[in-house]
Amino acid sequence: MVKIGVFALQGAVREHVRAVEECGAEAVVIKLKDQLSEVDGLILPGGESTTMRRLIDKYDFMSELKEFAAAGKPMFGTCAGLILLAKRLVGYDAPHIGVMDVTVERNSFGRQRESFEADLDIAGVAENFAAVFIRGPHIVQAGENVEVLAKYDGRIVAAREGQFLGCSFHPELTDDHRMTAYFINMVKESLVK
Amino acid sequence: MKTGTDRVKRGMAEMQKGGVIMDVVNAEQAKIAEEAGAVAVMALERVPSDIRAAGGVARMADPRITEEVMNAVSIPVMAKARIGHIVEARVLEAMGVDYIDESEVLTPADEEYHLNKNAFTVPFVCGCRDLGEAARRIAEGASMLRTKGEPGTGNIVEAVRHMRKVNAQVRKVVGMNEDELMTEAKLLGAPYELLLEIKRLGRLPVVNFAAGGVATPADAALMMQLGADGVFVGSGIFKSDNPARFAKAIVEATTHYQDYKLIAEISKNLGVAMKGIEISNLAPGDRMQDRGW
Repeated sequence: MVKIGVFALQGAVREHVRAVEECGAEAVVIKLKDQLSEVDGLILPGGESTTMRRLIDKYDFMSELKEFAAAGKPMFGTCAGLILLAKRLVGYDAPHIGVMDVTVERNSFGRQRESFEADLDIAGVAENFAAVFIRGPHIVQAGENVEVLAKYDGRIVAAREGQFLGCSFHPELTDDHRMTAYFINMVKESLVK
Repeated sequence: MKTGTDRVKRGMAEMQKGGVIMDVVNAEQAKIAEEAGAVAVMALERVPSDIRAAGGVARMADPRITEEVMNAVSIPVMAKARIGHIVEARVLEAMGVDYIDESEVLTPADEEYHLNKNAFTVPFVCGCRDLGEAARRIAEGASMLRTKGEPGTGNIVEAVRHMRKVNAQVRKVVGMNEDELMTEAKLLGAPYELLLEIKRLGRLPVVNFAAGGVATPADAALMMQLGADGVFVGSGIFKSDNPARFAKAIVEATTHYQDYKLIAEISKNLGVAMKGIEISNLAPGDRMQDRGW
C-alpha cells in the first residue's frame, strides 16, 4: 500500500487523512522532518501559508522538503499548499519551497465573504467537481511544462507539472475524492519508474 | 457559483486548525502577530483585561481600528460584535471582516436572542460552556465554536472546565442509543437533529477552539491536549513582558503540544506572563462567561 504523508504543521490535516484513507492508501501525519523519509508522496494542506512557513523555518524543514522534491517524489498542494510549492509569488521577493514552475497570487478571489463553491471540470481528473474556494490563490502564469487542468472565470485553479499537483480549492472539504485518487495514482506511477 | 454556504463558512474555520488566533488593537500588534505565525488576528479596541479594567459598556471597535488591521496583514481578520447586535454584525460584514465573533466579552445588546447567523454571508464564531450552548449556536448558524473560559483573567481554569464539559457531553451523545437522544436533547436544550449529526460524525460538526484565559505556551498546549482544534489568545500576548516572543512560543507550543522538551525550551526566559485573576475574586456581575443564553 502506498504511503501518503500529510504535512501537519497547521491546517486541514484531518480532512486530507480521511480522503487518503477512503481512497485505500495509508496516510501518515508528518510533524517532524525525519518522518518525510517514510512516505512516497506528500500532501501540503490548506491553512495559512505564513504560519506554515514560520514553523517550517523554525524546525529546519525546508532543506528536507526541497530534497523530497529533488528525489522526484510527488507533492500535492491545496490552497496554502499551492502557495508553498510555487516558484514565484506575486508581491514577494522569494518563494517558499519553490519547486513548481508557476506564479501564484495569494487571496486573489478576495476576502472570506467572496469565498465560494463552484462546479469545475478538471482535465483528466473529474467533471462536475464541487470545488470549495476559501480566500483562495490562483495561478497567474504557468511555465511551459505545466499542464493546466482547470480554470475558473479565466483563472488557472488547478495544474500539474510532472510530479507536482496544485489547486486553488479544497478537495478535502467534500466527500468527492477524485482529486486525491488522481494524486495517489501519480504516487503509484512514480514508484513503478 | 455560491457564496456563504455552510461548506465555505465552516471550511474557513477548518483551515485555521492547529493555529493561534491573537487579539490585537492596532496595525503594529497585528504585524507582530502575523510575523509570529498567527493564523488570524482579532481586531479590537481593547483587549479583554483592559475591557474589565475600563468597565462601562463595551461595544464593537471603532471601524478605523479594524480597517487599519485589515490593511496591515494578509492573514484573516476577525472582529467582535455584541451578542444580538444585528447592526454591528452587518457593519463588520460590510467592511469585509473575514469572521465575526458574537462575543460575551462585549456587553450584550440583547438579553434573550442571539444573532440569526444563518442569514449572513460572513461566518461567525461563538462561545460555549457546554454542549447545549454549543448546539444552539450551531443551529443559529455559527460556523466555529470556542470555549468561553473567563476572558481577560489569564486563568485557564474556566476554559479547561468548558472544554472538558463539551467533549464529555459529545462522547455521551455518541455512545447513546438513538432512542435516548430526544430526551437528551430536551435536557441539554439542544436541537435533536444536531445531536443525531454529532452521533453520526462522532464529533461536533464545526471546529471548537480554546479561548478565555490562555496566558502561557503550556496553557495553549494543555488546551490542545484536551481536544481543542486551536487556540485564541486575548490579553495573554500583548499584556506579557515580551509580546513577540510570547506570541512565537504560543504558536510553537500549539503545533507541538505533546513535545514537552520543546515546550520547556521555548518557555525559558520568556519573561513575566500577564498577571491574572483568581476566578473566585470576580464579582458575579464581572463574570463574562455568564453572558449568552
